[in-house]
Amino acid sequence: MNPQVLTIEGLRVGIEGKEILKGVDLTLRRGEVHALMGPNGSGKSTLSYALMGHPAYEVLGGSVKLDGEELLELEANERAKRGLFLAFQYPTAIPGVTLANFLRHAVTNIRNPDRLEGSDLIPMREFRKELKAAMDELGMEADFARRYLNEGFSGGEKKRAEVLQMSLIKPAFAILDETDSGLDIDAVRTVSEGVNRVVERERTGVLVITHYQRILNYIRPQFVHILFGGRIVESGGPELVERLEQEGYDWVRAKYPVEAAIEDELEAHASSASAPAV
Amino acid sequence: MSIDLTAQVRGIKDDYKYGFRESDAHYTFKARKGLDREVVSQISEMKNEPAWMRQFRLKALEVFWQKPTPTWGGDLSEIHYDQIHYFMRAADRQGQSWDDIPAEIKRTYDRLGIPEAERKGLIAGVGAQYESEVVYHSLREDLQNKGVIFVDTDTAVREYPDLVREYFGTVIPIEDNKFAALNSAVWSGGSFVYIPAGVKVDIPLQAYFRINAENMGQFERTLIIVEEGAQVHYVEGCTAPIYTSESLHSAVVEIIVKKGGRCRYTTIQNWANNIYNLVTKRAVAYEDALMEWVDGNLGSKLTMKYPAVHMRGKGARGEILSIAFAGKGQHQDAGGKVIHEAPYTSSRIISKSISKNGGRSSYRGLLKVVDGAKGCKSNVVCDALILDPESRSDTYPYIEIEEADVKIGHEASVSKIGEEQLFYLMSRGLSEAEASTLIVSGFIEPLVKELPMEYAVEMNKLIQLQMEGSVG
Repeated sequence: MNPQVLTIEGLRVGIEGKEILKGVDLTLRRGEVHALMGPNGSGKSTLSYALMGHPAYEVLGGSVKLDGEELLELEANERAKRGLFLAFQYPTAIPGVTLANFLRHAVTNIRNPDRLEGSDLIPMREFRKELKAAMDELGMEADFARRYLNEGFSGGEKKRAEVLQMSLIKPAFAILDETDSGLDIDAVRTVSEGVNRVVERERTGVLVITHYQRILNYIRPQFVHILFGGRIVESGGPELVERLEQEGYDWVRAKYPVEAAIEDELEAHASSASAPAV
Repeated sequence: MSIDLTAQVRGIKDDYKYGFRESDAHYTFKARKGLDREVVSQISEMKNEPAWMRQFRLKALEVFWQKPTPTWGGDLSEIHYDQIHYFMRAADRQGQSWDDIPAEIKRTYDRLGIPEAERKGLIAGVGAQYESEVVYHSLREDLQNKGVIFVDTDTAVREYPDLVREYFGTVIPIEDNKFAALNSAVWSGGSFVYIPAGVKVDIPLQAYFRINAENMGQFERTLIIVEEGAQVHYVEGCTAPIYTSESLHSAVVEIIVKKGGRCRYTTIQNWANNIYNLVTKRAVAYEDALMEWVDGNLGSKLTMKYPAVHMRGKGARGEILSIAFAGKGQHQDAGGKVIHEAPYTSSRIISKSISKNGGRSSYRGLLKVVDGAKGCKSNVVCDALILDPESRSDTYPYIEIEEADVKIGHEASVSKIGEEQLFYLMSRGLSEAEASTLIVSGFIEPLVKELPMEYAVEMNKLIQLQMEGSVG
């Protein structure tokens, strides 16, 4: 399985009975880098969770297809096996489970999607070697792999661990949800370089979700979209990033008053809807 | 290594694999059902016991009758004492070679993988109890030469009467509780272990307890004496077939660890879901001695078991690590007791319980420091994980501190598998069941990492098997 196109059409998603995404259309091809920008509460994280299949996010309409195969009926693990990856804004801690052990399960499942569950993990020796190489690339110490997954990780460590997972899982399409948030500039650079290597090697199609342009200095998008009031209102090239950087969202608000009204209402709702507790 | 732990744990899924049974037609003796002086005397007679032991039994029977059935813990009202066979002899003599064992019985142990583990040299000695008596026993020759004794307790009464009489019933007296009294009246089998001063037994001694017949009561009695500076690790495993009526397992385990000695007692019990498992386990640790209980409770209908350490000498240490897994129709009421009777003693209890499919687990523990036991330290951590809304967990910690100069820590937590944890793992290609298993194995990790490597591996397998098919 080696999907080439991720197609999102008319996607409508709600949470706790509240519609957040009101018809999102977006097409990603392998090897392309897209940026999705938008103010806080515009529905960016809702989009990433809905694409990955979080059970709390209710799909109200539309479709998400990988090479024509509908993903919306599939559980998160099946989407992962078909080539979709989400780098979390707030990765969850799993106490007692080491990063290495978890990754060995994850990588085995994704590379051998049809294997009988729980059997035939990738041989330890082989996996360790691969893990070490990937960690070296990201400048991670070897003993980091023995720490419990995301437990007590600093912001930078969490994001680095997410990119480490991406580099081993080698997804066809990756969504990076606010991967730069909470990172200092060196960490942004390291993490971005990691992402770029995967894009180059695997021709991964990437959707970078962010509301700062900073990370886009390192992960260069060919396509930029603005999510506003639950819809993609503007799409263009890197020049859109420049404009947002210089002018903020005021011109977007002025141009799309209906969405601006929705946005104001969503803003109040955002803290509960966009991010699960860590 | 670890013997047949793999085999034992394989049985803990909902379809219990150790539910097979052999015919009991060939048994050489079967006491009639029910309990009275005649049955107790008959057991003593069958064993050609000395008069003191018969008197001990008869006295215990009186105490058993006098003591009321406990109303705390689990529901004991459905035990029908008159429907139980208190003694069954499956073979007319004990074997020292597996070839001496009747074929039907040997077949059972083959299926559990015990002779194989012994051949591979993974254990220093084996005792295999079938129904009431031990049918096979062996001990590595070099340990015999060092004076280590590892025999069944019936044999010990005959061959080492002075040692047995000196310690028997001293740690857990007849009057201790109703089930200790019951065991004292009808006990049969179990292990007697004696480690002479300074002798360190490097690999475990293993005992295996098997109930085969229906309505059988198994009442083994184990006594372990670790002399000064000596060391031993004793491991026991238990299984039984599935019958429509309940069986009773009520053991007593007494341990004495003298100055500077170390004893670790590991239990992996995996009873069928119709066994009442009511066990009294207690150790006394003298100066600078270390006593460790590692207790894995799976299976059974109801388990009530609280291994105890009485720290009676300065600097003694007690550790209790307990894992309980309560599945459908099961109640695990487990925990531990640490009693600081001397200064500068330290203890730790780590308890982890998991409840699923409507199972119920309870932590019940006692931490006691007597007046004058200065400078004691104790830390108790009990964590419960509940896998579904039908399941239940309770915590009953009892703390009695009579001394001011102590350091005590107590933490308890109850958690449910979180949606966010599941989603995170599933987004990495793990199915819901696999993700739950990983979360559960992470939950018990702080305890499992205390186990020797081989047991840790088995414990993880066990959890995996228990979790299989449990979701979705």
